[in-house]
Amino acid sequence: MSAHDTTSGKAPMSYLDYTVGTPVADTRAPAGPIEQRWDQRRFEAKLVNPANRRKHTVIVVGTGLAGGAAGATLAEQGYHVVQFCFQDSPRRAHSIAAQGGINAAKNYRNDGDSIRRLFYDTVKGGDFRARESNVHRLAQVSVEIIDQCVAQGVPFAREYGGLLDTRSFGGVQVSRTFYARGQTGQQLLLGAYQALSRQIAAGNVELHARTEMLDLIVIDGRARGIVARDLVTGEIRTHLADAVVLATGGYGNVFYLSTNAKNSNATAIWRAHRRGAYFANPCFTQIHPTCIPRSGDHQSKLTLMSESLRNDGRIWVPKAKGDTRPPAQIPEDERDYYLERIYPAFGNLVPRDIASRAAKVVCDEGRGVGPGGQGVYLDFADAIARLGRAAVEAKYGNLFEMYERITAEDPYTVPMRIYPAIHYTMGGLWVDYDLQTTVPGLFAIGEANFSDHGANRLGASALMQGLADGYFVLPPTLNDYLGRTPLEPVPGDHPQLAEVEAEVTDRLNLILAVDGDRTPDSFHRELGELLWDNCGMARDEAGLRHALARIPELREEFWRRIKVPGTGAELNQALEKANRLVDYFELAELMCLDALHRAESCGGHFRTESATPEGEAARRDEEFTYAAAWEFSGTGDAPVLHKEELVFEHVHPTQRSYA
Amino acid sequence: MNLTLRIWRQQGPDTPGEMTIYQVSGISEDMSFLEMLDTLNEELILRGERPVAFDHDCREGICGACGMVINGQAHGPERTTTCQLHMRHFKDGDTIDVEPWRAGAFPVVRDLVVDRSALDRIIGSGGYITAPTGSAPEAHATAVPKEAADLAFEHAECIGCGACVAACPNGSAMLFTAAKVVHLNVLPQGAPERASRVRNMVGAMDAEGFGGCTNTGECATACPKGIPLTGIARLNREFLRS
Repeated sequence: MSAHDTTSGKAPMSYLDYTVGTPVADTRAPAGPIEQRWDQRRFEAKLVNPANRRKHTVIVVGTGLAGGAAGATLAEQGYHVVQFCFQDSPRRAHSIAAQGGINAAKNYRNDGDSIRRLFYDTVKGGDFRARESNVHRLAQVSVEIIDQCVAQGVPFAREYGGLLDTRSFGGVQVSRTFYARGQTGQQLLLGAYQALSRQIAAGNVELHARTEMLDLIVIDGRARGIVARDLVTGEIRTHLADAVVLATGGYGNVFYLSTNAKNSNATAIWRAHRRGAYFANPCFTQIHPTCIPRSGDHQSKLTLMSESLRNDGRIWVPKAKGDTRPPAQIPEDERDYYLERIYPAFGNLVPRDIASRAAKVVCDEGRGVGPGGQGVYLDFADAIARLGRAAVEAKYGNLFEMYERITAEDPYTVPMRIYPAIHYTMGGLWVDYDLQTTVPGLFAIGEANFSDHGANRLGASALMQGLADGYFVLPPTLNDYLGRTPLEPVPGDHPQLAEVEAEVTDRLNLILAVDGDRTPDSFHRELGELLWDNCGMARDEAGLRHALARIPELREEFWRRIKVPGTGAELNQALEKANRLVDYFELAELMCLDALHRAESCGGHFRTESATPEGEAARRDEEFTYAAAWEFSGTGDAPVLHKEELVFEHVHPTQRSYA
Repeated sequence: MNLTLRIWRQQGPDTPGEMTIYQVSGISEDMSFLEMLDTLNEELILRGERPVAFDHDCREGICGACGMVINGQAHGPERTTTCQLHMRHFKDGDTIDVEPWRAGAFPVVRDLVVDRSALDRIIGSGGYITAPTGSAPEAHATAVPKEAADLAFEHAECIGCGACVAACPNGSAMLFTAAKVVHLNVLPQGAPERASRVRNMVGAMDAEGFGGCTNTGECATACPKGIPLTGIARLNREFLRS
């Protein structure tokens, strides 16, 4: 691999011969003290007269925490919102599955928390690969989110005095996580969904459920609409607007087995990338340490057990290799509570990337438990002895029940078996301080963007970021865009519309025409395994090169052998899967290239060549203190890398230490 | 294990459907019910036949997308969602009937997929607290007694899957509506809209063509989240006092 300067005039030879283009800058963050930047930005933002807002149509794709919150808020402000979700109801977006909680710097515990500390923890937790000004804003806004959600009737856990309860999460030594038993995501999403439903009923939001975005309309350099397919009738239609907001979540399902919902996919952000939006840090993927291990080849997805369990559960494996005794027969002194041993300060509450890698290390040593040795114990015996079964049940009852349902083992009496799984993607569409992509008028919010978590996200921060973006950050910045930008109506017969619609239709027809002998899932499993093995918990140059060689072959095979029965003019779930796979192939390629080019370890990206003597991730700050924003240049063609240099004025990069 | 499946196949809302028989083999007891259907669909695709359409997404029992009537019971023999039902609850050689939710207010879209948008419209009629973004007071401005918070949570757990409607002989959505009314009406934040909420939601429920409640209790028995039947009594009380 070599990086060419675009000015050198060398023609790119292969996908790996990416070129380095002009740097990108986050030009929208105001200068000045970090505490005042968001105030300053809002003050500078242009406003749209309330009477004029209804003349503006805004498309919001996705109805999770970010999209639901944005759609409701923009409609409350008077905009005409046209909103899309592929599910049958906006209430089913995958934010609903988030279990543990949401962070906020309320300092209700008086335990030393502050906006400054949440900011610091998030930058450090992200291994110094996030943008300081964005993260500080996130910490500031976090307190407003809790107020907003309580006002909506979100039933957070409370103390007997009627005030809100909190708990601790990984990577943090204060108790700032608000929660609603093990269903915090559900309750927060229903709050946003209810606010959105109110706006739908009032006629301010036009909802298109069971409708999937398949392409972006860019006219005169600005995002002006989307092409979407009605999943029931198969009809492909263009929807026009003055701005487009993507709130379509992350791309973890590229791995096939992940904790994402089965239909979560990358098509919306990938099609936007193909239309000019840069894609940042695609190799920054998060592997969650506490998931239920897979039980066989039939496995269709993996199930997370909330990180909050690490508050009270103790993680261990046998000290001896190949110890197959049942856990109860392994005496205390023959157990290795390896997180407590290696990281005494944080113990079982180390950040996710560290807990995941430690589990991989002990399993690779042959000390893993359960079928195939791919598991470690998460043991509640001490907590039950200390707090009583009833107290443990009150905190985690629904999680224990879910575990038992899936594994047929009772975690009150037998330790849980857990193993890491793909859970979240820190990478996503590159956005500036305003959450605008490199395509003017196209915004990306929530997990769909890359902005706030750097190379590793802390627990309970996804819900915080999704709601921060949707409720509080996007509305004023979108206001500014619409107030500042003269936009002519797009004529319905604009040639670009028919062209993009035809591209979308052609691709579906091509898939249907192959009539081969392999199912979409069989390709997806193969791609997922390739990525998990080579671009998963640990990565090295040889593995990444192997994956980069294999992906184009797999793509070529797809176009020879894919089989999808039926037509495009009907509900056709196999066609939906195959169509998403086409984008996964390209995305997987970019992930591997990004992982290959970033020859350092940081956060969730662990290059085995770049480790400390203790085996921890070793960053190479002098070379890689930047966000990698990739520009698309054609399927299989070498992309262009644009670097956004990261400046740390407030949190000085150090080797992360949780010992 | 080897199983015989009798699955409802229906091309669209206006075409007649029928039970179609399929054989599946090599089913592991660790598979979820949906993974068993995935196995069937993989075979159907390779044979060039249309796979069985069914709604599903999170496969963790929380999104509420999946739902089918299995051997006459909504979500099958265990009290859980279809995605969390595992094949260890069936025996080798079993014949399993699989049908869509059947209710007047849930038209069939295709095969096992039904249109549950009527539930969204009930929420839109009043299942919210009017609190525009930015208008909220400090979260601790109003303490909420723990009992009220816990009662609200117990009802807020509803996932909107529609099993209650499918299980009810009248196709009633009383338990669904009660879950949201109780969740919001017991909280101090929900008090200002307490009366209009219950009236509007009950009105919307009737307008969508759901049946009336005759206190049969099948709904609460089928509910994968354990929304209590007493919620309906609370709904009635809220309605009477409104």
